[in-house]
Amino acid sequence: MCADQPPLRTEGLSKLTGAERFVDDLAIEGCLWGMTARSPLPRGKIREIRYGNGVDWSEFVVVDHNDIPGPNQIRLLELDQPVLASDQIRHIHEAVVLVAHPSREMCRRAVDQIEIIIDPEPGIFDFRVTPREDQIQHGTDNVLSDLGICKGDVEAALASADHVIEGVYETGAQEHVYIENQGMAAWVDGDVIVVQGSMQCPYYVLNSLTHALDRDESKIRVVQAPTGGGFGGKEDYPSNLAIHAALLAMKAKQPVKIIYDRSEDMAATTKRHPARVRHRTGVTSDGRLVAQDIEMVIDAGAYITLSPVVLSRGIIHAGGPYACDNVRISGRAMLTNSVPYGAFRGFGAPQSLFALERHLDVIARQLGIDPVEIRRRNLVRDGQSTATGQVINDGTDRIELLELAVAQSGYTQKQAAHTEFNASSQFMRRGIGLATFFHGGGFTGSGEDYLKSKLHVLGKPDGSIEILAASTEMGQGAQTIFISLASNRLGLEHSDVVVATPDTFRVPNSGPTVASRTAMVVGRLIERACDDLRKQCGLKDDARGESVRHAIRQWHVTHPGETLLGRAQYERPPHVQWDEKTYKGDAYGTFAWGTYVAEVEIDLRTYQCRVLDFHAVQEVGTVLNETLATGQIQGGVVQGIGWALLEECVMEQGAFKNCQLTNYIIPTAQDVPTIHVTFLENPYEHGGGGSKGIGELPMDGPAPAILNAIADALGIEPNRIPLTPERLMEHVLDDHAC
Amino acid sequence: MTMPADQTQIEVPFTLNGSEIVVRVEPSERLLDTLRYHLAMTGTKEGCGEGECGACTVNMNGLPVNSCLVPTYQARGAEIETIESVQHGSVHPLHSTGATQCGACTPGVVMSAMWLLKNRDKLDTHTVRELMAGNLCRCTGYDGIVNGVESALGLGSDE
Ligand code: FES
Ligand code: FES
Repeated sequence: MCADQPPLRTEGLSKLTGAERFVDDLAIEGCLWGMTARSPLPRGKIREIRYGNGVDWSEFVVVDHNDIPGPNQIRLLELDQPVLASDQIRHIHEAVVLVAHPSREMCRRAVDQIEIIIDPEPGIFDFRVTPREDQIQHGTDNVLSDLGICKGDVEAALASADHVIEGVYETGAQEHVYIENQGMAAWVDGDVIVVQGSMQCPYYVLNSLTHALDRDESKIRVVQAPTGGGFGGKEDYPSNLAIHAALLAMKAKQPVKIIYDRSEDMAATTKRHPARVRHRTGVTSDGRLVAQDIEMVIDAGAYITLSPVVLSRGIIHAGGPYACDNVRISGRAMLTNSVPYGAFRGFGAPQSLFALERHLDVIARQLGIDPVEIRRRNLVRDGQSTATGQVINDGTDRIELLELAVAQSGYTQKQAAHTEFNASSQFMRRGIGLATFFHGGGFTGSGEDYLKSKLHVLGKPDGSIEILAASTEMGQGAQTIFISLASNRLGLEHSDVVVATPDTFRVPNSGPTVASRTAMVVGRLIERACDDLRKQCGLKDDARGESVRHAIRQWHVTHPGETLLGRAQYERPPHVQWDEKTYKGDAYGTFAWGTYVAEVEIDLRTYQCRVLDFHAVQEVGTVLNETLATGQIQGGVVQGIGWALLEECVMEQGAFKNCQLTNYIIPTAQDVPTIHVTFLENPYEHGGGGSKGIGELPMDGPAPAILNAIADALGIEPNRIPLTPERLMEHVLDDHAC
Repeated sequence: MTMPADQTQIEVPFTLNGSEIVVRVEPSERLLDTLRYHLAMTGTKEGCGEGECGACTVNMNGLPVNSCLVPTYQARGAEIETIESVQHGSVHPLHSTGATQCGACTPGVVMSAMWLLKNRDKLDTHTVRELMAGNLCRCTGYDGIVNGVESALGLGSDE
């Protein structure tokens, strides 16, 4: 390698030597353990709560809904979810009572002694069917969110198309399996309640605490502890946990820590929304898309959480990176009595892109066109528009990207080799498949306008700087990227820059750490705050290095005891125009683009499918740190492989039956091949350092690429993931039967 | 019927990172909890508590074990080595290949990697990917880990 080695992860050594202190590692003087008693049934009315005599209750602190100072509501998009159920139960494992005790084992015994007696009501567990009268729990139809996109005249275009091809595709729930379980500590410090734990979004947690505790934000302090993976799973749920820990700590007048164990975490916290997507597509005989009629339905679970925004991103991505003049997309999020579903890397887009990319291969095969060729013909060119009418004009050559992936993966040669291999092998079948896709960076539509994120750069008396932001490090490398962006902007050494711990008493609200927005949106704020800092020191725009350090020191000499802050607040790039009512316009400031190719081998005796080779080619703007960016892609791809082939959430009456790592299987090192990663770089002028979002993109492509490869290998059209060996066997046997 | 705690506790002497120590624990206590909550050595992590994830990997008499599955009394007389014994210099190859992201799996990964470095003969019959399959990582997709182990072993990348 001749290129400069990228800077190493800032906190890497601390993690590699076990020195990093996660919330479960924090020694807090006098800390009690907290634990949760949960509903044993999915729906009904609480009749009675019995406290058994197997423990001495005088030793415990017990909290129920009566102990909540403010409204019994978790403030997020809506207020429908209670902090602790008081009367109505909407899902199994719903939190009802909290206990605290110095011994964790005693907490377990106490929870066992709490019997929650419920008069059952009929639940609904299948989001695909129309609810019966007695299953309605929201409005008149359990529809929590209903969205639509319309472009051109779909009916007319379908009527005149050479072919109309239909398909239905389904994706299952997926568990995040961040290796650090959810955990939160809380204590009272004078008249301030302090909450510290594993989280992606400190200000979401603060916003939920001020509401439920009915306290001013100057009396609540939220501090992020190092966070052992999030993937969306620590976007909204930590708010629930923070309120729980705070309620116990307030009543106990002692610090309390709640650390979920793996099976509680898997059973009670959010997962990826299951989805069903129908396609009805009008095409010309040579494979051009003339009409896309798409309907997406997602299972929201028992409360609204983030479902409307997941659905929004899902439908905006449902038409894919293709130019089609007539598009109609409808989306619905359905209430069920399952544990609420929530954010998970990709946020609705992996579900809709799986359906689309699978469907495109079905179309290609029916028309006798190669899957690469059908994509070549339809990929959006600059000057053409997406489903929302967003005109793409970023100068990225999406055809080049496709061709590069085809060349690097040896797609054509492998097709020929597989034909020969499959003819000569009795039990093994090989195939190759691809997916082309895109992912919008940052919040959808006007989301960033509403957030109006703020960021500060603090100039210190010694001439060094500190970045003050609420954006969290959870493994994605935010700290390292922030330091690089600031040091590049001001010509400083990396050692001149530190990133503050996200602490709502110290850092402004730079928005949640979600939606692949951190490097792109918040990174850009760092650059602008650095520029502002320079201005405040009376420096010219091109001042760098020692002149910056010197000016910061001088500023402090002339302003003793004052604080030097460079400030920035989000401003919408002028080119972005979005109409929230009609769902027309620029859904995102920019898109990252990808083509992924998977090669698979299936053993017809065991129906095991192995991914033999995987190539991920993408354009993500400027790559800020090659090691970190590559790691993001590889990690996302492997989560995608798991979702496609292994990770099945077995749901029964809204409960996750296999909520253990023994029977919920995620990929090991042995289950996956090397993930070959290639970047094309086309700087995005409004992104930090020219970057676009990267975190979620790699979740979109693997599942369809792998299923397309299986379709190629076996000549079947699987339409549902996870495609476990059992499912694949049924599919193959059914196919042979008819 | 519960007996007073001090009557049920047992004394367990063992060697921890080269120092001889004695702990007094409940008979059912897990080695993982003894390390983390009694000895405040929190480098060893809990990911699943049931022997699946490897985040709690420590070395016991030279073999990597899941400390969540080891009752502390079984460590009587044993040599236990934890992540706290690992020299900072020795993790550099893993650092430069991006073997850690969130860090929750990392101490376990490092313990397995260190064992592999001392037991290279295992590579005669197994691949690095097989030997590292006991440590789940949800962040890296494993290439960063595999490349780091191979570079520490002085092998090329796994191309
Ligand atoms: S915590 Fe021991 S193997 Fe997961
Ligand atoms: S680095 Fe996060 S689980 Fe491995």
